Amino acid sequence: MSQRFFPDGMPPPLADAISLPWWEAAAEHRLVVQRCTSCETTRHPPAPVCPECRSADSDWNELSGRGQVYTYTIVHRPIAAGQELPFVIAVIALEGAGGLRMISNLVEVKPDRIEIGLAVELVWEDMSPDLAIPRFRPVER
Amino acid sequence: MTQRHAQLVGVGESQYTRWGKIGDVTEHALACQAIQRAVADAGLSLDDVDGLASFAEDRNEAVFLAAELGLPALRFANMVWMPGGGGGCAAVSNAAMAVETGQAEVVVVYRSLCQGQFFRFGSAGVDASAPAPANPKPPTVQQANSLLLASLGFAMPFGLLMAAAAYALPTRRHMHLYGTTSKQLGMLAVTFREHASRNPRAVMGGRPMTLEDHQASPMIADPHRLFDCCLESDGACAVVVTTAERARDLAARPIEILASEQGAPKGYAFGPFSNANVADEIYATGGGEEMAKRLWAKAGLGPADVDVAQLYDHFTGCVLMQLEDYGFCERGEGGSFIESGALSWHGGSLPTNTHGGSLSEAYIHGLNHVVEGVRALRGDSTSPVENAEVCLVTSAACVPSSAVLLGRK
Repeated sequence: MSQRFFPDGMPPPLADAISLPWWEAAAEHRLVVQRCTSCETTRHPPAPVCPECRSADSDWNELSGRGQVYTYTIVHRPIAAGQELPFVIAVIALEGAGGLRMISNLVEVKPDRIEIGLAVELVWEDMSPDLAIPRFRPVER
Repeated sequence: MTQRHAQLVGVGESQYTRWGKIGDVTEHALACQAIQRAVADAGLSLDDVDGLASFAEDRNEAVFLAAELGLPALRFANMVWMPGGGGGCAAVSNAAMAVETGQAEVVVVYRSLCQGQFFRFGSAGVDASAPAPANPKPPTVQQANSLLLASLGFAMPFGLLMAAAAYALPTRRHMHLYGTTSKQLGMLAVTFREHASRNPRAVMGGRPMTLEDHQASPMIADPHRLFDCCLESDGACAVVVTTAERARDLAARPIEILASEQGAPKGYAFGPFSNANVADEIYATGGGEEMAKRLWAKAGLGPADVDVAQLYDHFTGCVLMQLEDYGFCERGEGGSFIESGALSWHGGSLPTNTHGGSLSEAYIHGLNHVVEGVRALRGDSTSPVENAEVCLVTSAACVPSSAVLLGRK
């Protein structure tokens, strides 16, 4: 098991048949994004149809896990019991995903070091044997 | 320019309180009270009402309210999609469409909130102080039972549930791009509090605030301090919409619905709660720029024609971005526009939220902004703007939203 950053009581992922493969890949420590096999546009969260060309055909494209902080908020109220405060929610612009962004957390970082544009890398948090959550930390620590 | 005919002829509300303070009256009874007062304000009887309109997150179904109020016939019952805050003006627009097309003649738009009887919005429905279960199951992926939950499935595991955190994301980026400051946001909050201090209905009417108070208020979700966040309130309000013909015979001066718009840009979904992938050009905006253009075109008016505005103020930064969306200032200049004193009822170039807004009057999902829009044009506001003829009212920003332009002939 990996290092833990958040307590077990954090809200679990909720998924349907469209988004479940994303979480199954995460459980294997693979950060993927859905890619339209017709026009190659990537999208997130997963969706049944490409919003650009409207094709329903897609596959999953594995990313490097590098990225940049696009925006963030430092939160001083807990979501789950036993949570360390403050915690950081960030939107990460993902490398190699055509400008695609995802909501995640910054960990292993002092709040005063956080800035938009900060280079970050993926760190997996195994919440249980079946659930891994992708969080991000500064590349230079 | 599209010709509209519907008129706003009555407004009413219950007492507004801090969340949880109304425990002895049910939420639907409070809705009935607001509807009755709005209908009486219009000089109409409940026997005249044949339509009810509301918007998402309403626990008080129109069919039951119609029965409770003894409406002779419910010819029109209609509700706008989520999010709750985005639909107030759209519900007014739907009521207007109903009376303009003969679906009904008198439609009441209503909203009632008793957060203490259900749950407090700011908690996002979670209780972090609750003890952990004795034999917890290992965390795992759960089935999403709706498209909303499947979308939020990419936010909630990261602790993104609280509105103060979600709306902080575009606001933080706005600060990064344009140098917008917390003090500028604070000046907006202080101005709305000044307006509330003149309004006996306002929950925070007796609680003056200085910029220093704002800057000293606890950080909730950076850059949102406590006083950047709207109130959580109990209360209800309602407005009455009818035809121009019917309005002509009524005692109160009718207020015209000049134009209305509803919408969201491409890929918007539930805004910062669900989708970080809107176009870069609109991420640090209220998302209303295109909607605003359509609104101005429909009315044949522009931002310079607006005498007073009631802008949905869930968070200070969202108001700032709306000022830019609607063209009251250039993109990125919302902060200095606020600093100029523009939003003050007393001599400001764009008196805004003359009731105190959701930041200081009450959080009734923004329908109280429509109520104040009517009062401002009737000359009944407690922070009156002399000879005001055009009022912009908006519902939400940074999520799908709606707006109406109101006018006085």
